Amino acid sequence: MPGTIETYFDKLERTRVWRSIFRSGKGTSTLHNALAIQQNVFLHLFPTKVRKRMLGLGATWYLGTLTLGTFIVLVVTGILLMLYYHPSVPRAYSDVKDLQFVVSSGLFLRNLHRWSAHAMVFLAFAHMFRVFYRGAYRTPREFNWVIGVVLLLVTLLLSYTGYLLPWDQLAFWAITVGTNISSAVPLIGDKIRFMLLGGHLVNANALLRFYVLHCVILPLTAVLFLAVHFWRIRKDGGLYVRETEPGVANSDQDLSNQEQESR
Amino acid sequence: MTPPKDYSAEVSSNMQVSQRRVLFVTRRTSPQVKAYDEERVQTSPEVLIRALLAVECLLIALVLMSLFFNAPLEGVANPTNTPNPAKAPWYFLGLQEILHYFPPVVAGVLIPGLLVTALIIIPYFDINIEADGLFLKNRERRLMLSMAVAGALSVFFLFFKVYVALAPTLLVTAFVLLAAFSPPESSGRFRRYLARRPVFWWIMTWFLCELIVLTAVGTFFRGPGWSWVWPWRS
Repeated sequence: MPGTIETYFDKLERTRVWRSIFRSGKGTSTLHNALAIQQNVFLHLFPTKVRKRMLGLGATWYLGTLTLGTFIVLVVTGILLMLYYHPSVPRAYSDVKDLQFVVSSGLFLRNLHRWSAHAMVFLAFAHMFRVFYRGAYRTPREFNWVIGVVLLLVTLLLSYTGYLLPWDQLAFWAITVGTNISSAVPLIGDKIRFMLLGGHLVNANALLRFYVLHCVILPLTAVLFLAVHFWRIRKDGGLYVRETEPGVANSDQDLSNQEQESR
Repeated sequence: MTPPKDYSAEVSSNMQVSQRRVLFVTRRTSPQVKAYDEERVQTSPEVLIRALLAVECLLIALVLMSLFFNAPLEGVANPTNTPNPAKAPWYFLGLQEILHYFPPVVAGVLIPGLLVTALIIIPYFDINIEADGLFLKNRERRLMLSMAVAGALSVFFLFFKVYVALAPTLLVTAFVLLAAFSPPESSGRFRRYLARRPVFWWIMTWFLCELIVLTAVGTFFRGPGWSWVWPWRS
C-alpha cells in the first residue's frame, strides 16, 4: 500500500534509531512539549513554560530574540565569507573585490553580513535600554545584567574587528583612529596597542590578529556568554514581569481583594 | 522623634536557645514574593514559533536591505593617504566626538571605563528600589539638588565648549523641572507620567539622549578637520 509522506514520517519517528536520538517522543501533550525542551541540549537552557503575558510584543519587543537572530545570520554568512577570504595584505582587498564582482551572490552575502552586524549592535543597545526601563535587571537578575554588559562589549569588539578585514581606506583609518585611543591608557597604553596590532602600525600582522579575534576568539566568547545568559533566565525565574502591569495585583489593597474573591 | 522600641531584636541560629522565628516580609520588592499563580504556556511550541516568526521578519528586512543597499567599499588601504575626516564605525562616533573636546586619556579611557563600570554596578545599586517618583518625597530638597547637578554639568560643558552635550542636558533638565511641578494627580497624562519617574530613570534617559545626540552629530554633522557641517549642504 503506497503511503503518504506523513505516514512515512510517522514510521520514521517510530524507528529505534530515531527514538534513540529524539527522546521526547511523538505527541502534543503537556509532557511531550515539556520533554521537547528539556531533552534537547540547546533548548534545555530555556524554561519549559513561560508566563503568557511575556509573549506579547509589548513586553519585550522581542529584542533579545532578534539580537540572537542577527548573531545566527552573522555566523552563517560569516562562515560562507571565510571560504572566499585570505587574511593577508595583498589578497584581502582583492578577495573582497572578487566577492563584489566575481563570486555568485558574493555581493549579497557581504551586504547581508554587513547590515546584520550593524543591526546586531543596534539591537544589543536597544535590548539593554529596554531591560533597564522595565527594571528587569533587579534581584535576582543582577548577574545576568552583568553578563549582558559583557555581551554588549563582545558585540562591539566583534563588529570593530570585522571592520578592518576588507582592508580598504575606511577599514584602515577607522582601526588606526581606534587603536590610537588605546595608546592613551596610562603606563601600558603603547604595550596594549602593540599587542592588538602585532606591531607599531596597522599592517599585515594587525590584519591577521583581527581576523583570528573576529572569526575564532570573539565568536566563541560570545557563544559561551550567550549560553550562560539564556540559562540564567531560567535559573532566575523566567522572563521578568513587572508587578504593576494589568492582570496582576499592584498594591496590597488589590491583593487582599483578590484573596477575598477567591474565598 | 521615633518612640523607643519595646522589643529587642536578636540574630540567632540556634534552635535550642531561641525557638521563635520571626519572618519579615518586606514590602513587595522581591520577585520571590509571589503575588499569585499566573497563566503559563508551553515553550514548545508557543514561544518557539513566535521567536522563529520574529527572526523570520527580521531576516526578511535584512535580506531586502542587502538587495537594495550595498555595503561600502572604498579604495585599497593606503597608509600614506589619510582621509579627512577619518571616522570610526558609527557606534564609536559618540566617543570620537568627545575625543574632539577632551584629551585621549579622558575621552578614550576614563569616560568609557566609567560608563562600563556604571553599567555593571546598576543592579547592585540598591537606592530607591521601590522606584518612587523623584519629587514625591522631600520635594524642595531634591529639586535643589537636581538643579545643582544639572547646573554643575551645564557649567562644565560650557567651560569646555561642549555645546553638543549641553543641549541634551538642558532638554532633560527642562523635563526634570516640569516633573517637579507636576503633582502625581496632574490633569495631563504626560505630566502624571513624568511625576512618577524615579531618579535612575532620569539619569539613564539623560545618558540615552547624550548617546543619541553625540552619535548623530559625529555621524552626520562632522566634516573635514572635524569641523561642523550641515548634512543637507554638501
